[in-house]
Amino acid sequence: MSYKFFPHTDDELQAMLSTAGVKSLDDLYQDVPQELQLQKEYELPESMSEIEVRRFFDDLGMGNITMRTFLGAGYYDHYSPAVVQDIIRRSEFLTAYTPYQAEISQGTLQYIFEYQSMMAELTGMEVSNASMYDGTTATAEAMMMAVANAKKRKRVLVSETVSPYVLRVIKTYAKFQGIQIDMVPAKGGVMDHEALKVELEKDDVAGVIVATPNFYGILEDYTGVADMCHEHKALLIMNCVATALSVVKTPAEWGADIACGDGQSLGIPLNYGGPYVGFLCTTKKLIRKMPGRIVGATKDADGKRAFVLTLQAREQHIRREKATSNICSNQSLMALYVTIYMGLMGAKGLKEVNSISYSNAHYLADSLVKTGLFEMAYPDKPFLNEFAVKTKLNIDELQQYCGEEYLQCGLKIADDTLLLAVTETSSREDCDDLVDACVTFNEEKEGK
Amino acid sequence: MNNTFYGKLIFELSKAGRQGYSLPENRCDEYQMSDLPQGLMRENAPLLPEVDELSVVRHYTNMSNNNFGVDTGFYPLGSCTMKYNPKINEEIAAHREFTGLHPLQNPETAQGALAVYYFLQTSLAEISGLSEFTLNPFAGAHGELTGLMIMRSYHMERGDMKRTKVIIPDSAHGTNPASSAVCGMDVVVVKSRPDGTVDVDDLRPLLDDTVAGMMMTNPNTLGIFEQNIGVIAKAVHDCGGLMYYDGANLNPMLGKVRPGDIGFDIMHINLHKTFSTPHGGGGPGSGPVGVRAGLEHLLPNPRVVKVSEEDYDYFKLECSDKSIGSISGHLGNFGVMMRALAYILTLGRDQIKWVGPLATLNANYIKESLKDVYELPISGVCKHEFVYDGLKDKSTGVTTLDVAKRLLDYGFHAPTIYFPLLFHEALMVEPTENESKQTLDEFIRIMRVIAQEAKDDPEMVKTAPHNTPVRRLDDTQAALHPIVTWRELVADNQVAE
Repeated sequence: MSYKFFPHTDDELQAMLSTAGVKSLDDLYQDVPQELQLQKEYELPESMSEIEVRRFFDDLGMGNITMRTFLGAGYYDHYSPAVVQDIIRRSEFLTAYTPYQAEISQGTLQYIFEYQSMMAELTGMEVSNASMYDGTTATAEAMMMAVANAKKRKRVLVSETVSPYVLRVIKTYAKFQGIQIDMVPAKGGVMDHEALKVELEKDDVAGVIVATPNFYGILEDYTGVADMCHEHKALLIMNCVATALSVVKTPAEWGADIACGDGQSLGIPLNYGGPYVGFLCTTKKLIRKMPGRIVGATKDADGKRAFVLTLQAREQHIRREKATSNICSNQSLMALYVTIYMGLMGAKGLKEVNSISYSNAHYLADSLVKTGLFEMAYPDKPFLNEFAVKTKLNIDELQQYCGEEYLQCGLKIADDTLLLAVTETSSREDCDDLVDACVTFNEEKEGK
Repeated sequence: MNNTFYGKLIFELSKAGRQGYSLPENRCDEYQMSDLPQGLMRENAPLLPEVDELSVVRHYTNMSNNNFGVDTGFYPLGSCTMKYNPKINEEIAAHREFTGLHPLQNPETAQGALAVYYFLQTSLAEISGLSEFTLNPFAGAHGELTGLMIMRSYHMERGDMKRTKVIIPDSAHGTNPASSAVCGMDVVVVKSRPDGTVDVDDLRPLLDDTVAGMMMTNPNTLGIFEQNIGVIAKAVHDCGGLMYYDGANLNPMLGKVRPGDIGFDIMHINLHKTFSTPHGGGGPGSGPVGVRAGLEHLLPNPRVVKVSEEDYDYFKLECSDKSIGSISGHLGNFGVMMRALAYILTLGRDQIKWVGPLATLNANYIKESLKDVYELPISGVCKHEFVYDGLKDKSTGVTTLDVAKRLLDYGFHAPTIYFPLLFHEALMVEPTENESKQTLDEFIRIMRVIAQEAKDDPEMVKTAPHNTPVRRLDDTQAALHPIVTWRELVADNQVAE
């Protein structure tokens, strides 16, 4: 049985079996009733060499079409510098587990501490946990936190301008916990504050979930919202696009109690939906209600500054069914992506990323409107790098047409509405190409 | 790993005016972000470091030297299956034709990715003896939650609303009861017998028409195969409940036992344990959930479905109202799936069947080799892991924690300690199938050296580790006075100039 992952030679195998007190490998399963044992070979392919494994994935890869993308909706094609990709592969980070043995895990613990510090800076909040699975589940955890904090209240309000992809996940969590989710209607692409007020005045709301920038890319004005929530003893939860937070008004500045969202936009490749990293930041007051791992600073026996997993009394391995959450892992390696990315970019780099994305997006929006084929869905609302347009064109056909030019022209969010995002990875020419494709598409349609 | 401690934080490398990136010129600068209303913009820039590229590279490289991974050395962390993470998997996962795919792009343009999902899903179903898997859950605990949602929905769909209890052995991982609570269910604990297996006599009276099902880890957290699984599954099924298999300990079952064949209806698998994907310092993991025939419609949205036309197959995404709903943004940790499928293809049916027996052999080899100096509370064959109850000689005062810390001095990662809770000095050892006899012999030798040191110089063992980048840490202080950000460190004057 000579195989690259099994170092046992025949004579070693015999010696080990003898020490273990059995005659054969089968004897190691003498405690498993015969009728429960597998009596057949798995129906799987034969073992492949590396050459064959590569060929297998190369062949499948041809079934994918990578395009110049104008898709966003929560996941953005921002550039991830080469340094990030390189460091991530270091096996001391990659092949370690949760830093239970702090003395030989300072690398992991230190970068998580850096991650927490950076996320706290970005959101403006006092504390961050060591990361969650993704933005959707982080928002679900934030909802659970609000309900646990309110004790007897089981109703949570969600603005209609929160991403439907986030909404569908929190609805699932809510359903099983007996949490009632009610939507706060939107008016002109932003949450209706009057409608929120009416709901809050029923004094049974544990938390309110809003978004910045919202699903349509709009920077909503949340002036007065936090006060309204707090007046009625509800927590304000803000789901955010991470990159944008380096320039737009932060959840802390709006007075939010919990900031959450997906960190993908901070240097993590799109990866067909994952792995990403969710962030959850809050106030010091709520730290003991926070789910997930937290790293804190302390000292070692020699007085040296060092880092350690802390406040573990909240967690499942100690509290079991009374824990703040069932989460066991964090998304450590993905948090490292984010940390290195922010380490390289700094506040200035992040601002530049947003600034180029802003300019590109506004150029595209104006160019599309100038063709006469599109109009802004929310013309009077400010946006950063994502916007919705209305059109009379058949969006499915348009997407098909653009796809043939290797252009991904946004997400259809209604029969007549497209949501487009632009980042610093798109050039002015990319925007022109998309506009040209739309025009040619229309000409060909009308010509026929 | 070297012994000079690199303990700086990136904030301590920062100098105003340095920069570590380059970006293209803004060529649409007729539009300026400064035109946005001031009231919607943040007042002060975030306090992030300003560092040049080489300094960033050195910083994280030095930091990595303070870490210990499977590639560094033996990592017998019980219940975590720290097996080798093949390098080819990393290259496959970085394949550009896959990493650039947007989760919301038209599925017609992501057929290769959907094929990966589908092949992995069907391979896991074959290995588990179940009907269909969802790969959407992000981690083991997330898989548990998804599985419990399926369990509960199965009852609710039949209008049986009173079934809210989940039976969980006292030896279970903490995530089992925690996931049950998050799923809105009530936990009922069933006791273990002295040999660590479920006490069937304690179980029977718990079974009534309020029981939704039972969660089991088999082999259990002591590494013991639950021989009564047939009786247990029948009793739970007879009372109308479903059986949930916690896949944390699936590794020794590879090639030998399929959960679906021994009475389980729902299960999760940890791809980062059994299927070799790297643990990444705590994540990303992946927790696929499988169900037996008849429960597939409850799997979370979206599902990847294969459609067979006359001369070709294609894949599409399907959402259904009957499903429990969505539990993740899209299709889960896709990059992790790439690695797991590469692993399954690499081993193939001819090698994968040796994983379980060899992992089991390695565990039994260590267990028998040290039982004269470490207390072995349960005799007989174990599966992939086993538990010692500390040193045999308790007179020295040296605890399991001390032994674990002393192991670090000798270049080994420590086993899992103080879990399961059934023994006071639990030391849970799990070598994987990838470890050679030489590695195990060296570990055994060092464990004996430590046992001797405990007699000769207990104080030295109690103050271990001595050779690691940092010494024992003050956990209590960290929890009493939490400092969790750079800003707080600065305020606390704990900053290097």
